[in-house]
Amino acid sequence: MKLIESLTIAIRSIFANKLRSSLTMLGMIIGVGAVITLMSVGRGAEASITEVYEELGTNVLSVIPRSPEISGGFALSPVYAPPTLTMADAKALERLRSVDAIIPINENFITATAAGESKGGLLHGSTAEYLQVMNYTIAAGQFITDRNVAGRDMVVVLGSGVASALFDSDDPIGQNIKMKKQRFTVIGVLEAKGGAMFGISFDDIVIVPITTYQARLYPQQTAAGEDAVASISVQMTSIEFTDDVSAEIEDILRRRHRLTGDDKNDFAVVSSEQILEIVGQVTGVFSIFLGAIASISLLVGSIGIMNIMLVSVTERTREIGIRKAVGAKRRDILLQFLLEAATLSFLGGGIGIAGGWLVTFVISQLDIGGFKLAATVSPDIVILAVSVSVFIGLVSGIYPAMRAARLNPIDALRYE
Amino acid sequence: MIELDNITKIYRMGKVEVPALRGITLTIRSGEMVALIGASGSGKSTLMNIIGFLDKPTLGSYRLEGVDISRLNDNQLAELRNKKVGFVFQTFNLLPRASAAANVELPLIYSGGSHKRERTMEALERVGLTARAKHKPTELSGGEQQRVAIARALVNNPSLILADEPTGNLDSTSTSEIIAIFKQLNRDGITVVMVTHEPDLAAKTQRIIRLMDGKIISDEKVN
Repeated sequence: MKLIESLTIAIRSIFANKLRSSLTMLGMIIGVGAVITLMSVGRGAEASITEVYEELGTNVLSVIPRSPEISGGFALSPVYAPPTLTMADAKALERLRSVDAIIPINENFITATAAGESKGGLLHGSTAEYLQVMNYTIAAGQFITDRNVAGRDMVVVLGSGVASALFDSDDPIGQNIKMKKQRFTVIGVLEAKGGAMFGISFDDIVIVPITTYQARLYPQQTAAGEDAVASISVQMTSIEFTDDVSAEIEDILRRRHRLTGDDKNDFAVVSSEQILEIVGQVTGVFSIFLGAIASISLLVGSIGIMNIMLVSVTERTREIGIRKAVGAKRRDILLQFLLEAATLSFLGGGIGIAGGWLVTFVISQLDIGGFKLAATVSPDIVILAVSVSVFIGLVSGIYPAMRAARLNPIDALRYE
Repeated sequence: MIELDNITKIYRMGKVEVPALRGITLTIRSGEMVALIGASGSGKSTLMNIIGFLDKPTLGSYRLEGVDISRLNDNQLAELRNKKVGFVFQTFNLLPRASAAANVELPLIYSGGSHKRERTMEALERVGLTARAKHKPTELSGGEQQRVAIARALVNNPSLILADEPTGNLDSTSTSEIIAIFKQLNRDGITVVMVTHEPDLAAKTQRIIRLMDGKIISDEKVN
């Protein structure tokens, strides 16, 4: 018997029982669709987050408070680590060699209002070099100057997201905005940068002089009563100096914090690379998690196919008997059932790809707080999903098919 | 020519052995029309299944047209069934979701070869069902379904037609039609072996072989 005839029989038989066929395919569609969607979203998230950190520049070190009592990642959490870094620490680090700029940063969430509009975003208090270290550019007006910092001026630079939310298309320069019931004058607007971290767009940001932040917005002191800073960013002249500069920072700060001998650091020096690594681990876990969910869907879909194939063979024992009585050989029956399974898997897989693709596309178009997930379906995911589905379709087809092909014609015919 | 020598069939039901045929020795010449009769449980259907190698004997030898059947493997048996034998069953055994024509065409699919459509229509014509080619079995009467089954049996020009109670589910009008078709096929040179328990049907054949408890108890020519 020719292959094309076997295929015709298989397709005829699929269409002869539409309900059974569509239920079988449904498992496949959901499985393949889920794998494609979830894996694409996982990859997209990974790519977006990595991109964000790469944007920060790899030649920047961050110094942040660390709890000496706790070990592991929680030691770096602001919840457990009391403020230990001060403006004076930041000042002291300025004598480091191989360093371009050092900026202290304080941060909090804030709602800014102007002319009846309001917009939430991230508030940073910092100094003039912030622009350079954080890789922003000025679109209009100017950035905070050393004089603004010295004078605790009530001035503010707006991220493009905040500027457009508050002032629409009007020129914000020279206008006033209110934060914590105090009036600030807008002196500059940043160029849109794109990207986001933890769902907050990099363009939804408001920057004030760090002295103003301390005096007027969110004053915070260390245990010793000095002005605290949340972090200090150190921009090195080159990434090669990472180890040297880290060691020097540690040296200076340990001395300043009067830590001796076995005392643990009450701060940590983290490189962008390290952050990227940690983020990579987190997003990797995220991807594995999504992949696991997707695999479970595919597994459930496959069990569905296997189940329906088994039931279908049992249900069609008489048909097998009839076919054998008129001269079907073992391999004819085997081929028929295998082709049926393969055709169903291919059809189901195909529809699953289309569906997964569509859902991924819709997700990539969603705007999540000014942040788009760059989810794209890559060929390897499609190949993976389809080969798994076809493999499972064939495997789940082979066992019932072999059972069917082995049946004694008379036993199959007598089957009720 | 069918030559059976000491054919014995024993079924195993768990630990109990149930003999269905006990040493059947029988020769049926080409072109004969034979009725196998006997009470239910006498072994007549088992014998017919063995003649059509749907089932294998426990003991004994079976030669069809000089070929020793026991030496053939499953594939060769399938091919022989396809080319030489046509089956007609009491319950018709048609594929319920396929049209009459598709059912008739079935043996041709497994034998390969060309002119499938023409040969299918020719077989349907021989049983007078050309007009019903596109109908599904559920849209046909019992007699018509059995005629489709006969068309399927003869589409590959077999030399032997085996019919197991072919009229058991049919009314008397359909019964006479089916018997007339069998007689015509026999006149065309096909050997017909028919299992029945109706004496007047058996009387329409040339030879009546009566079985009881797995043995032949009589073998007579019909005048």
